Amino acid sequence: MNKNILGILGLFIFIFGFTALSNENFLSAYNLQNLVKWSSLYAIMGIGVAFVIITGGIDLSIGSVIGLVASLMALMVRSEWDPAVAVLVLIALSLGIGLIHGLLVTKMKLQPFVVTLCGLLFYRGISRWATDNQSMGYGDTETLNSLFSGKLAIGSFVLPAPFFFLVVVAVLAAIFLNRTIWGRYLLALGNNEDGARYSGIETGRLKITAYVICSFLAGLSGLLFAYELDSVQPAQTGEFYELYAIAAAVLGGCSLRGGQGTILGVIIAAAVIRLLRNSINLLGISTHLEYAIIGMVILCGVSTDEIIKRIMAKRRAAK
Amino acid sequence: MGDTQTPLLEVAALEKQFPGVRALHDVDLTLNRGEVLAVVGENGAGKSTLMKILAGVHTPNEGTVRIDGAEVRVQSVRDAQAHGIALIHQELNLAANLDIAANVFLGIEPHTAGFIDSGQIHAKAASHLKRVGLDFPTDTLVEELTIGHQQLVEIAKALSVDARIIIMDEPTSSLSQTESERLFKVVHDLRSQGISIIYISHRLGEVMELADRVTILRDGENAGELAGEQISHNAMVKLMVGRDLSQFYQRNTTEPGSMVLETENLRTPAHPRSGLSFSVHEGEIVGIAGLVGAGRTELLETLFGVTPAVGGTLKIAGKVIHPKTPLEAIQSGIVLAPEDRKQHGLILEMSVRENASLPRLRMDQKVGAIDFGAEIVVSTEMVKKMDIKTPGLEQVVQYLSGGNQQKIVLGKWLAMKPRLLLLDEPTRGIDVGSKQEIYRLMEELAAGGVAILFVSSEMEEVLGMADRALVMHEGVITGELARDQLNEEAVMQLATGNKAAA
Repeated sequence: MNKNILGILGLFIFIFGFTALSNENFLSAYNLQNLVKWSSLYAIMGIGVAFVIITGGIDLSIGSVIGLVASLMALMVRSEWDPAVAVLVLIALSLGIGLIHGLLVTKMKLQPFVVTLCGLLFYRGISRWATDNQSMGYGDTETLNSLFSGKLAIGSFVLPAPFFFLVVVAVLAAIFLNRTIWGRYLLALGNNEDGARYSGIETGRLKITAYVICSFLAGLSGLLFAYELDSVQPAQTGEFYELYAIAAAVLGGCSLRGGQGTILGVIIAAAVIRLLRNSINLLGISTHLEYAIIGMVILCGVSTDEIIKRIMAKRRAAK
Repeated sequence: MGDTQTPLLEVAALEKQFPGVRALHDVDLTLNRGEVLAVVGENGAGKSTLMKILAGVHTPNEGTVRIDGAEVRVQSVRDAQAHGIALIHQELNLAANLDIAANVFLGIEPHTAGFIDSGQIHAKAASHLKRVGLDFPTDTLVEELTIGHQQLVEIAKALSVDARIIIMDEPTSSLSQTESERLFKVVHDLRSQGISIIYISHRLGEVMELADRVTILRDGENAGELAGEQISHNAMVKLMVGRDLSQFYQRNTTEPGSMVLETENLRTPAHPRSGLSFSVHEGEIVGIAGLVGAGRTELLETLFGVTPAVGGTLKIAGKVIHPKTPLEAIQSGIVLAPEDRKQHGLILEMSVRENASLPRLRMDQKVGAIDFGAEIVVSTEMVKKMDIKTPGLEQVVQYLSGGNQQKIVLGKWLAMKPRLLLLDEPTRGIDVGSKQEIYRLMEELAAGGVAILFVSSEMEEVLGMADRALVMHEGVITGELARDQLNEEAVMQLATGNKAAA
């Protein structure tokens, strides 16, 4: 386990312990269930964007993809689609969105920031237009229940469905990144794209794959959010979530320069961000300060990381 | 200051350590007023480090620098400028989007409350341009100038800070013959105006033409000094290499085998109008000589699929191929050790193990899973075989010396058992010891039947290693020289586009 993960884990344990000691409600089954549920959802998004960040790119469209998927799901349910088909269609749509992002970045050579910023605006606009900007619910859908409501009770504590999705996604993502040649190629091209190409790596295809993974996981979390929230506000659902996802990836050890990142780090960082929101509530700190606190914690986290790196580099030079 | 006995610049017992490398050891250098001093030495001899110390880019670990007899400390580029030292880098440092006057005064603009005094800038820039013989309006954008003219702008920039010492690092490496000649004239003019010049070059012909005195460096130490009549090609080479050349380059030419690479009218995107036809055989080492910008690197990149050919045919072992990516070239048995090792050859932030196995991963995989066992075997073998000096397989390659890095680049390709090995400036920036090992390796590979095509800007390397040399000039192969026809004169004639001489 590397130093970055230990650091972020330490931060998690510190906030967790502090909040638990300060407010007895924190350790209640209900609160912990919620914390696990939302942390899992954030982590799934974070893992997705981590792949793009590892290639040296960025995806700003995640929140809008979530909004789009949730909105279309509501429309499909209302039009009495078979929910299983609707889910498949929306997953395919997410994959398609990722593919388009990837092609625009690699073939058209557009900057990822620009491509996905346009995506952010475009998908949000389509969501609002398609739904006439009306909030919608999902009604009683048994198939959806069977897909997304799996729960595992441990005493009074119930592990929520998103947690199981996260476990599957995380295990697959970690294997892909650390154990397969494609994962190695992603890390290599994130460090040095030309160098990777000169070593016979098809850098274009791999970058496209990263965007596809990212949009797929955004779409998946869109379905999960839709199910958990049980309604969608086309103008708001998922708004700013890309920033939480990017924050989790960065705090979890991904470098925006590319070439670095671990799945475990992203998961813990996503949990830290959710935990902070929870703690702010329970500790009676003004919720208006929420963003300010999250911003400061992330800034301190990445600064500490940078300082440690410099000290290590100096030591190495002194040898 | 008027004392003509004290040298203008006096460097004594200079030491410079980089992590893992001793770049300079006990180096002395003196420069007199109005003198052109050439500093020569092989790649990695410490010339650039020495110049960067004088220009304030690096600070020395030990040693003294005196100007006009007074010891000075040059800690930054600004310090150097204040002492009248200006360095003109090999790669020019101009802002191409700004005009000539803005570049000449970049960072030292005369201004009133932040508002640039344009009139003064243009007037002064014009007078500096005159001194370097550059006849352009001062509001011409730098990007509209040729490299040769841009270099003169750099020199004008040095004059604008009242430089008394101008250091030129390989100034002619990307200039044409006429541009070079104009530069020589400027150098002469500056000398007659009392400016001292330190001139670094690989081109010994230029050094003989320009230098009043020559200081030779080898392996980061002084190897000797020549003045006036003593300056000759042979004397310089002897001091640079420090041993008998025939021993340094050991090429046991064997009878070449069957054809490995054959091109016919192959056209690169860089020079789409010139068709290149040549061949390389099994066990043969073919050198490509020429000036920077002659299209040599572009040719290798086309063969390797980085910039696919725009016409003509390319055959490997008789079979026509059209590599459009490096992967396709690799699959046909072509590999390239690129000129820019750090940018193209290695993943600097990855370990020795990961770099060594990168091209091979695809071959050793099991349904996409990395074969970690094979990876360790391959990289361990490579470290042993190539004699790579590294603390371990997990060492990040950016902390290794240039020579060891180059051995990793070669090692990762040799594990692929290539048919055709392309080498672009294989010994640039590496120490003499590793250099010799790389030559030995080339020799071994050729003996094993690999066809080798290498590009080199070092005359000695081409003369020493090539069984045959192709010489390029502005995208065209101007001639082919067999080993018994190979000499510096013939190569230079062809490299400067003089076909008749061959």
